[in-house]
Amino acid sequence: MTVTQSASETGFRQRADKLHPAALKDAARELVGRGGRMQMVYAWYPEPSRIELRYVGTVPGQVPFAVWRCEPDGPVPSLAAVAPLLSWYEREVTDLFGLEFSEHPQPQRLVLHDSAIVPRPPFDPDYPTGVEIRAQNQQSIPEIAGVNGDVQLLPFGPIRADVLESAEFLFFYIGEAILHYQPRLFYKHRGMEKRFEGLTPERAVVLAERVSGVGSVAHALAYCQAIEAAADCVVPPRARFLRVLLAEMERLYNHLYYLGHLCHTTTLKVGEAQGKLLAERAKQLNARLTGSRFLRSILTLGGLRRDLSPKGWLGGELESLRESYAVYARHLETTDSHLDRLITTGKLDPKVAFDQGATGPVDRASGLDRDLRRDHPYAAYGELPVNVAVRTEGDAHARAQVRMDEIDASIALMQRALLLLPDGPIKSECKIVPGSDGLGWSESPRGTLFYAVHFDQTGRLARVKIKSPSFSNWRAFPFTVHETNMMDYAINEASFGLTIAGCDR
Amino acid sequence: MPQWTLIGLLKGKQTAPWPLAEGSDGQSGLLGMPRYHPEHCTADCKVCADVCPTAAITLRSQKGSVDSRLDVDYGRCIVCQLCTETCPTEAMTTSSDWAFGARWRDDLKWGVESTASPQSEPSARAGFRRSLHIRHVDAGSCNGCESELQALNNPFYNLHRLGIFFTASPRFADLLLVTGPVTYAMHGPLRAAYEAMAEPRWVMAMGTCAVSGGIAEGGYACGHGLEGVLPVDVYLPGCPPNPAAVMHALLMFLGRVQQRVKGGQLVE
Repeated sequence: MTVTQSASETGFRQRADKLHPAALKDAARELVGRGGRMQMVYAWYPEPSRIELRYVGTVPGQVPFAVWRCEPDGPVPSLAAVAPLLSWYEREVTDLFGLEFSEHPQPQRLVLHDSAIVPRPPFDPDYPTGVEIRAQNQQSIPEIAGVNGDVQLLPFGPIRADVLESAEFLFFYIGEAILHYQPRLFYKHRGMEKRFEGLTPERAVVLAERVSGVGSVAHALAYCQAIEAAADCVVPPRARFLRVLLAEMERLYNHLYYLGHLCHTTTLKVGEAQGKLLAERAKQLNARLTGSRFLRSILTLGGLRRDLSPKGWLGGELESLRESYAVYARHLETTDSHLDRLITTGKLDPKVAFDQGATGPVDRASGLDRDLRRDHPYAAYGELPVNVAVRTEGDAHARAQVRMDEIDASIALMQRALLLLPDGPIKSECKIVPGSDGLGWSESPRGTLFYAVHFDQTGRLARVKIKSPSFSNWRAFPFTVHETNMMDYAINEASFGLTIAGCDR
Repeated sequence: MPQWTLIGLLKGKQTAPWPLAEGSDGQSGLLGMPRYHPEHCTADCKVCADVCPTAAITLRSQKGSVDSRLDVDYGRCIVCQLCTETCPTEAMTTSSDWAFGARWRDDLKWGVESTASPQSEPSARAGFRRSLHIRHVDAGSCNGCESELQALNNPFYNLHRLGIFFTASPRFADLLLVTGPVTYAMHGPLRAAYEAMAEPRWVMAMGTCAVSGGIAEGGYACGHGLEGVLPVDVYLPGCPPNPAAVMHALLMFLGRVQQRVKGGQLVE
């Protein structure tokens, strides 16, 4: 077993190629033509008077990501026609930085609502301190449309039934048939990325933990790895193995809850109760291991804040949970009433999944065989067997099955990590280089999560960009709702396993 | 389908006897609010105040009735444990104190005796003691609070057995349970939900974000919690409060159990 690992394997200092705005389109076409995939674009101010764009993409067969930087001298050509998933990122840049993209297919606000009264773009260096955005009063009432006045508009939300996150969905429908579906997200936009600015990197870990509560580990891990990459910090082996353990514990309780919630939408009541009970057991294990049901307050730069003692008890508890889960999963997979509602529901075409940026279990259920843990290993994943679950059907059932396989794989991975868990220190020093930047990532329970960080000349955070998996999957989700029916909607939405906090930030 | 009936029956009762009878509340190992021991403080030390990300710990502005160097406001605490890790003299220690549901905001401040009268008395809720309907509104949370609220209806906590239910319509709701710091975009919908409730109506602030703004407070979009937005009848800080803490706070609100936090400390 190798116990040394260079920082370049867990993240990397952004080695960005400089591109002229006019060269962007060709570069993107070339990358996509080779089977690569654009991941995101974001903006930042290296100096108050100078804005810069950074593009991140996946190059096939290559572990490091491609990073381009581009200094705009006017509107930048939109790449949405080449890589449709970039459309949302470009709109976000326009909303938050005021930078326009030419030929954008949908040049409307996204992250900021139409009702928002904004003195200047919030990331503009001249944004007045202490000023908060206000919303104009806007009333949305159901309308009737269509030639015969028979198409109805149902605005549902932002406060929805049950205990759910806030978001508004617009259904254009006739009777049971949904003609068109439009989610209105970002009611929960808190401006989290800007809250990082000016903080010391160590202090911001607790902030990263609170971007998406059920992804606390994934966020803190990607954030820490971005800083560690910038600082060329090598995390000790014990901490890397424990980080894997924490990340998989997070996957476990998320996926178990997902299955219970999916049963809720197919009205399989006992299945719902059992799934949620298993998730509760997993959360109680989290608390026993770390003191937090969300595995918070444990990750930090260079390793962990304190050592954990999983040996001697966690393995047995996980095995007992696995046995209960195996029985549960077997029953789910033989319940016709449940399966009938999932099979063929919400089909996501592989091409749409790829183009629109679907990620995690959602794109793996549409036949895309990718997983950061295997393809771009971080923490101790390079030294552990990572089995990637893939399905090709692309329906709600496939999305559930991928998660079911991931629960098994995740427990096996944790058992292996516990077996190999080395002794030794749990933290190494992380010396920040002023003016440096870094990129970190993790495969969260919902898919690809990136943190891009930039330091100012005093070693404080100048910019932190978060690319969350739910931002990606919310973009792809509506393509499975148009021209379906109302009865399937809740099941389909549950099968995507989306969060809104992560998307809205 | 019949197989599931059988599975359910064979599993037997999975619900914790707590809080109706003695038994585990399911929170073993959980780290709660840090405990403050002012007698351990040394002069000129302020490492905990420096490290606290939400200014829950500040140097005492003026001398109060209780002798301490620090003002500790648990209504601002996000339970990150940084103070317990940095304190050199064990003046801030870890604890399992999580039953922080309070009817007065001042009860969450260390050593402060609440003088203000609460928004409403439990006697006003006599008719709701065994039947309370809650409308939850997410006003911009991180989804941690929702995750714990959703857990309340799993078989372990089984909130229904206490006569407490979540309802879809604010028209049927007695209590508006708010999570999140109240983002600019959720301000209007939150007010609308409150206006739609029939009287008597009450409000609970769940989680440190709703109580005081939490970690994101001070940004361009995120708000400062319910202060100045809605009148609050129950405060429950925590990041997030665990399901047992939510149950305790709800029962306390209904006058079925005693409030346990006084002056920022748990009392029996």
